Amino acid sequence: MTKYIVNRLLGMIPTLLIIITLSFFIVRIAPGGPFASERKLPEVVERNINAKYHLDEPLIQQYGRYMFDILRGDLGPSFKYKDYDVNYYIANSLPKSIVLGSYAMLLALVFGISAGIIAAIRQNTWLDYLSMGVAVIGISVPLFVIAPVLQLIFAMKLKWLPTSGWYTTGEGWKTVILPAVSLSFAYFANIARLTRSSMLETLRSDYIRTAKAKGMKNTTIIFKHAMKGAMLPIVSYLGPAFAGIITGSIVVEQIFRVPGLGKFFVQSSFNRDYTLIVGVVIVYSAILIVMNFVVDIIYAQLDPRITYK
Amino acid sequence: MSMKPNAKTVLEVKDLQTYFKTDAGIVKAVDGVSFSVREGETIGIVGESGSGKSVTNLSLMRLIPSPPGRIVGGEILFEGRDILKLTEKQMRSIRGKKISMIFQDPMTSLNPFLKISTQMVETIRLHEKDVSTQEALERSIEMLKLVGIPSAEKRIQSYPHQFSGGMRQRVMIAQALSCNAEVLIADEPTTALDVTIQAQILELIAKLSDKMGTAVILITHDLGVVAGMCDQVCVMYAGKIVEKAETDELYARPSHPYTEGLIKSVPRMDTTKKGNRLFSIEGQPPNVIDLPPCCPFHPRCHKAMEVCRHAYPPVKDLGKGHEVACWLFADESEKQQALKEANVKEKAE
Repeated sequence: MTKYIVNRLLGMIPTLLIIITLSFFIVRIAPGGPFASERKLPEVVERNINAKYHLDEPLIQQYGRYMFDILRGDLGPSFKYKDYDVNYYIANSLPKSIVLGSYAMLLALVFGISAGIIAAIRQNTWLDYLSMGVAVIGISVPLFVIAPVLQLIFAMKLKWLPTSGWYTTGEGWKTVILPAVSLSFAYFANIARLTRSSMLETLRSDYIRTAKAKGMKNTTIIFKHAMKGAMLPIVSYLGPAFAGIITGSIVVEQIFRVPGLGKFFVQSSFNRDYTLIVGVVIVYSAILIVMNFVVDIIYAQLDPRITYK
Repeated sequence: MSMKPNAKTVLEVKDLQTYFKTDAGIVKAVDGVSFSVREGETIGIVGESGSGKSVTNLSLMRLIPSPPGRIVGGEILFEGRDILKLTEKQMRSIRGKKISMIFQDPMTSLNPFLKISTQMVETIRLHEKDVSTQEALERSIEMLKLVGIPSAEKRIQSYPHQFSGGMRQRVMIAQALSCNAEVLIADEPTTALDVTIQAQILELIAKLSDKMGTAVILITHDLGVVAGMCDQVCVMYAGKIVEKAETDELYARPSHPYTEGLIKSVPRMDTTKKGNRLFSIEGQPPNVIDLPPCCPFHPRCHKAMEVCRHAYPPVKDLGKGHEVACWLFADESEKQQALKEANVKEKAE
């Protein structure tokens, strides 16, 4: 097991290098550049800027320079926002996205799994229809509808929570609630549906029939005998889902004015901010790779038939 | 296998009816089945796929998936009480404790996520609350030794996937008998196993039931298995028992044409000449959805008469507890009567 973990960790390095390399060249293939604008810059100015950001060097040299910086942990200067570098942006926004995403995921897990299990054991009753109805709404209603509706109800009408903002002091925790709830909705829906179908399938399996024939109570059967098996599909869904949710959502960040990482995914692309694009890609890929690794480890913990050598 | 004519009856099934409601109509999976099991006796239930063998036995445990299934009639008397009238809680104290069950596929019948020790200990502790985990573990190890698992102390800490199919079925048997069950229902316990293992498992069941005085209900489609193990045999067809007799009697005098066909279709080493085709019963088992009143076997029966198409035959006792439901053994007057009634009914419709 230890050997497997070490191997997997070492294996992440080439994967990341390949991702960095591909994104480095792909962003440069895209037409336009960080300093292209409708008004043509004077040639001297353009030449100076290009020289400052080493854009006048041959591509391969730029690539070498960039890789060398990355190995030292420097993601480079932002091409768009002067005086700031990519490290600064990520260091400032990622923690906020992680906090928000973690709360959202926690909500989605607790309510999604409960709703899924209830729907499964009360299949074809009103409880089932209610949970799955909410789940369908969660999947089909877009965030930019859910979020303002929540703001309207809980901030404007009831005045329980602030409409937007992100504070860390005093009653700052209140600012997390609405964005976390909005963000969690789609994930809740997916988890609830997955849990329901997976639980139903597990409850139909032969070993559950054996447990019943042993005289066990339904609740014991569900939590002791069916839970582990039923959780496997949810665990594999959680890897990529968690990577997605903690790297932020531009919609939620815009609506609730959360200074998270999500907006950089979109803004950096519009701005052709080469270093920032590659920077957020690196962060997202690194998290995704680690999450998939964690999923594999949890899988082995849940299912004794899986062993890694 | 030994007949115990004076042994007391542990389980008595009277006119059991289990129906399934489907979109196509009502499936009478079990329709009026009666039999009884005495202490230490082994009773075989044979029949083709879909004849209602398994549903009969799931009904005994009240494990019919409901909906769509429902036990609509009859009585199941266990120790003098009607199981069908018990509460779910009372029923749970019978399952696994008084009546245990082993299933067809040992590969999937044990929980792959839990250690054998966990699964066995929980069974014992579920029914005997005053037994400590340590005691339950020790008893489980004893049981595993009894069913022939080598180095049971070590193996009990393994997961099911670390056992072969035959070994898993042994574990299932050990688990089923760990609370000294009075009745063991074995639902095709050897069907999924290699032929070489089949005999071992059957022998084990026979040995243990003898030793522990457990009555066994053996469900199978293999008449060879029945001949070797059972004291009594029930032959099921389309949800009904068509013939019931002591094993020797049944093989000596198979009376229902279906039983006759079944016995003829078992390949035999001694009599089958080379080149002879093995006998087989023509046709398919009937669709049991909305079955009209008739002998369900008549389309496949080479002795079918007019009356067979119109009414279900009465059950006749041929002596020594040999019962058969076939018009061949009915009196002429009964046949006339049945035909007359059927005519009246058809005209009315």
